[in-house]
Amino acid sequence: MSVQPSAPEGAEPTRFEFDSESEQQIATILAKYPPERKASGVLPLLYVVQKQMGRQTGSAWIPRVAMDVVAARLEMAPIRVYEVATFYLMFNTKPIGRYHLQVCTTTSCWLRGSDDVTAACKAATGIRAFGETSADGLFTLTEVECLGACANAPILQVDDDYYEDLDGPRTEELIEALKRGERPTPGPTIDRLNSAPAGGRRVLVDDATHKPQGQG
Amino acid sequence: MLQDKDRIFTNLYGQNDWRLAGARARGDWNGTADILARGPDAIIAEMKASGLRGRGGAGFPTGVKWSFMPKKNDGRPHYLVINGDESEPGTCKDREILRHDPHKLVESALIASFAMGAHAAYIYIRGEFYNEAMHLQHAIDEAYEAGLIGKNACGSGWDFDFYIHRGAGAYICGEETALLESLEGKKGQPRMKPPFPAAMGLYGCPTTVNNVESIAVSATILRRGAAWFSGLGRPNNAGTKLMAISGHVNTPCVFEEELGVPMKDLIEKHGGGVRGGWDNLLAVIPGGCSVPMLPRDVCDTVLMDYDSLRAEGSGLGTGCMIVMDKSTDIIAAIARFSKFFKHESCGQCTPCREGTGWMMRIMERMVEGRAEIEEIDMLEQVTRQVEGHTICALGDAAAWPIQGLIRRFRPVMEERIHAYKAAHGGTRPVQVPAGLVEAAE
Repeated sequence: MSVQPSAPEGAEPTRFEFDSESEQQIATILAKYPPERKASGVLPLLYVVQKQMGRQTGSAWIPRVAMDVVAARLEMAPIRVYEVATFYLMFNTKPIGRYHLQVCTTTSCWLRGSDDVTAACKAATGIRAFGETSADGLFTLTEVECLGACANAPILQVDDDYYEDLDGPRTEELIEALKRGERPTPGPTIDRLNSAPAGGRRVLVDDATHKPQGQG
Repeated sequence: MLQDKDRIFTNLYGQNDWRLAGARARGDWNGTADILARGPDAIIAEMKASGLRGRGGAGFPTGVKWSFMPKKNDGRPHYLVINGDESEPGTCKDREILRHDPHKLVESALIASFAMGAHAAYIYIRGEFYNEAMHLQHAIDEAYEAGLIGKNACGSGWDFDFYIHRGAGAYICGEETALLESLEGKKGQPRMKPPFPAAMGLYGCPTTVNNVESIAVSATILRRGAAWFSGLGRPNNAGTKLMAISGHVNTPCVFEEELGVPMKDLIEKHGGGVRGGWDNLLAVIPGGCSVPMLPRDVCDTVLMDYDSLRAEGSGLGTGCMIVMDKSTDIIAAIARFSKFFKHESCGQCTPCREGTGWMMRIMERMVEGRAEIEEIDMLEQVTRQVEGHTICALGDAAAWPIQGLIRRFRPVMEERIHAYKAAHGGTRPVQVPAGLVEAAE
């Protein structure tokens, strides 16, 4: 099993408060669950915290004071929120860079060259090992387990977006673009339509198949 | 091989509009009220007759699962929970439904919920699929707006709400009871069964958990009829299935095919063939990393379906293949799975929490060959001590790839050990550095 690390000393803010954008999201989230089952909102609320921290500080992470705020809002014991926040890998329990580079190195990606993607990430950011943040504070590099897009391996997830079918040089280009403040369009970085075979789809070629099927 | 007219997921590649207008043009939401008017019993009977087996890996008949829900309401609400936690290495099919055919899922969720007496359904989507969840949310909003779901869904008199719940990066939440724990706001640690979810699931209420694909195909099955679906594939392995090919093929992709087609044909047609030709094939993992791999001679003839793969000591799993050519370091490929399972063990059961670490550390040494020949048997023994001794199947899933490796590629492991000894002077026992165990923790 894996457990998320704690924040280094001095990183913790003294207080956390939801802003109005977050409050709107929270109202939508809590409407999904029965009123007596508020605890179901803990994962979504931790995401709300993380996004708000990203908006406000440029580092999308979840400080402990914010976990306490979530606990109070959901009427949960703080320890229940801490254990959730440290159990799930996508919650950053210490500050991260502005861009979160998440390289999948699981077998499907590895077979198609994720080692090159990792090496390119390190070369372009100056990061030496997984878990580190670049000296300029722009990038944090994380090794992640299967991202569930194996037919488009290897994958680099930048924040919420998948960049697919990468190799070393295209990974470096992507990171250079991020440094310039650009956001290249996510998806395949080679000439292919989503998860269709490169070179054009072999099925569903004829648009006439898209007429309504069956009775009714 | 499947013809385009029999495909269910006609916007698989997102080549057309995935929103409501596009979905309607493809036939979704066509006569949904008529399907609901048949009543729950008729719907479940039709699903049973179709022969649909669960598309998430276990292959349990979907209609039968639906029939386990209590027929009489004891006051507790019923829930449908859809498992969109797709995290099994090699597997990438449900993603295509979520982002390119979301209305198939919303419509089918309504029908399935109605059949099981549920007024609410939750879909648990893995957290990394952020953009995919946004597509589905858009489709849900459109469906509410059009009166297709919500109060009096499709004018049927049935109220139905559909909610997305995003996970946050834990493979174990794909196990149905861990998923329910997570949905309730806890760590994703599997529950003991019984009680099964149909008796006591989400919030202690009757619940059915189904894979995204199992649900998403049901509207089409009910529209076109059980006979149409069961006429595809092979007996007991009916219908079409989303599959994927990743790894060492010329054109990795996701596709929909009939069950029971030779694996070789699928790799040739959809995957564009093995890199370097079929003779360059080393092994295929047919359905996600928890099913044992098949060596090339089996791949020559095996059919892609539940029963054929089971007969070869493997399984269909999610139907998503990982293809490895002869350049692959097969020990390293499996060692990476061991690392995966060590990372993803929830820590609840001792044999899995400790065993996955043991297996990973031994496998890391096997990659180098820094081991004794007897340790291959010891490793096999460790896998047997994990397998079957845990609450959920993650322990089994961690054990099987290694067992498959030893069964099929033992000579490669032995050769690696001999080579290491030769390179480090002689035949003496190798020393495992004292710091290794701590360093690996």
